[in-house]
Amino acid sequence: MFSYIQSSKPIGTSKVSTKHSRSLARIMVAPAVFALLVWMIIPLSMTLYFSFKKYLPLRGGDLGWVGFENYTRFISSSSFWPAVATTMIIVGGVLIITVVLGTLIALLLDQPIWGQGIVRIMIIAPFFIMPTVSGLIWKNMFMDPTNGFLAHIWRAFGAEPIQWLSHASLPSLIMIISWQWLPFATLILLTAVQSLDSEQLEAAEMDGAKPIRRFFHIILPHLARAITVVILIQTIFLLSIFAEIFVTTAGAFGTKTLTYLIFQRVLESQNVGLGSAGGVYAIILANIVAIFLMRIVGKNLDR
Amino acid sequence: MKQIELNQVSKYFGEIEVIRPLDLQIENGEFVVFVGPSGCGKSTLLRLIAGLEDVTSGQILINGKDTTKLAPADRELAMVFQSYALYPHMTVRKNIEFPLRMAGLDKKERNKRVEDAAKALNLTDYLERRPGQLSGGQRQRVAIGRAIVREPTAFLFDEPLSNLDAALRVGMRLEISELHKRLGATMIYVTHDQVEAMTLADKIVVLQAGVIEQVGTPLDLYHNPKNTFVAGFIGSPKMNLISGNEADKMGAHTIGIRPEHLSITKNTGLWHGVVGVTEQLGSDTFVHLNCESFSESLTVRADSDLSVAYGETLYVTPDLTHLHKFDKNGLRFDEKA
Repeated sequence: MFSYIQSSKPIGTSKVSTKHSRSLARIMVAPAVFALLVWMIIPLSMTLYFSFKKYLPLRGGDLGWVGFENYTRFISSSSFWPAVATTMIIVGGVLIITVVLGTLIALLLDQPIWGQGIVRIMIIAPFFIMPTVSGLIWKNMFMDPTNGFLAHIWRAFGAEPIQWLSHASLPSLIMIISWQWLPFATLILLTAVQSLDSEQLEAAEMDGAKPIRRFFHIILPHLARAITVVILIQTIFLLSIFAEIFVTTAGAFGTKTLTYLIFQRVLESQNVGLGSAGGVYAIILANIVAIFLMRIVGKNLDR
Repeated sequence: MKQIELNQVSKYFGEIEVIRPLDLQIENGEFVVFVGPSGCGKSTLLRLIAGLEDVTSGQILINGKDTTKLAPADRELAMVFQSYALYPHMTVRKNIEFPLRMAGLDKKERNKRVEDAAKALNLTDYLERRPGQLSGGQRQRVAIGRAIVREPTAFLFDEPLSNLDAALRVGMRLEISELHKRLGATMIYVTHDQVEAMTLADKIVVLQAGVIEQVGTPLDLYHNPKNTFVAGFIGSPKMNLISGNEADKMGAHTIGIRPEHLSITKNTGLWHGVVGVTEQLGSDTFVHLNCESFSESLTVRADSDLSVAYGETLYVTPDLTHLHKFDKNGLRFDEKA
């Protein structure tokens, strides 16, 4: 009933504001905006500053300005495009798995079952585990080719255990990261499933829609907004995924993402200038993705 | 011809008995209204007929066919929900078209039926809008449109007007009544508002605590209520129900008299009382009298030109031919019988 009252208002006229209250609002948010700017601007300008320098901390330190040399070197490196591709594969793979499985698990959790509260807490559990820890657990306890749990299962069926992290490195990483992010997706999608008006489903049932068609015609459109939010938030975090790669493959076997490549340039090759240039590329990439996503989200949130 | 028949239908939610085993027959083309206070099981009864709830025991026959175990979609009924339950992501056209698409009708037939329904309900200009852009009354009409395109054997309405404001409610009430006359289809309508029940129904079913108290035409219920519950529930303002000494004098446990069957004078009468609140409606004036001889306050209908002051003493006399007598179980009895 309340939702009816709210939604009956014509769109775009709900914001009541006078000139006075608007300028007051600006003053009130100013400190927060200032803090945020400082927080972002200082690291950003330092990255930009170093990206135009030849700066090798262990081999002579600051060796002066080099213009765009770092940028051309970073992009022409043979590992740049594979790193971009790896990043995209991991982000895309994790998004597909978490959204699809998240939706299905959310639908299951919405059913009235015995011990619902405990099951829901168990589902969230992986989200509380630190990325480093979960990476190590998966590597040593599940994916180890001699003593891992999966190896034992494979042997129980008489099969040769898979060398997960070396022979199927990307799928393994996607599996580990999906396991970590699935709870987040499930939780957001579950709240969305629960907010669906049950009369809508009953109306669809009376209209002759069978369960599968109810899912595609009523439930999925209702979840569209939550799914875009999940995709947006996860993409932001997945683009900078690092710990899981560091503790499992250390960037070997084609698992070098853009973030990992920057780490290698700065810390392993001790080339701060080159790494900073990579950082600027990462910012540009993240922004392209963000603009693209915001357009989708904007379209979905406008309804 | 009996179209919908309930045989000993009952419903439990866990241990709680919501509907006691009951029988009900609904004739073809009838407008039946389930009315009762909230929590009386009227919505549950409608949902049982729709198939949205399973019966605990008993049988539901539609057109002579046992549909107790059938899925809602296979009962050929259409329902209009209290919240309208429109699909927010679809346009009005898509909403109305939805049941036809599910039934697998071809595009041409679907379009024709949607256009016809839209024309009948004055929705043609709104077909490409989303439900969020419509007013309450328009949404209501879309919900009705979605029901009529299927050409069902019966329509089910679950408190369809309760989300509308008073003025719109009266308008929609007339529209629904007209729709019923035009389509000639069976309609079952649930409401807690006895005015809606009186104005719309061919047959009213009064429910209380999962039990059918009385079934009959609006005027039948008004003039011959079976018990004190129906007597007090049907009619606005309520029938005056008086128990105690005054009732004993007339040989009943409780007596009931409607406000319009009391004549009011300034000097002599059977009962007298002090004027409390007066409600002036223009056509009539309702006077609330606090009488000494019984504890209940008395509502009396008077002419609108009667001028009375607060605290004034007035005399009233009941019209004995319209006096109802009830025994101690609340059941009405006739002295002749």
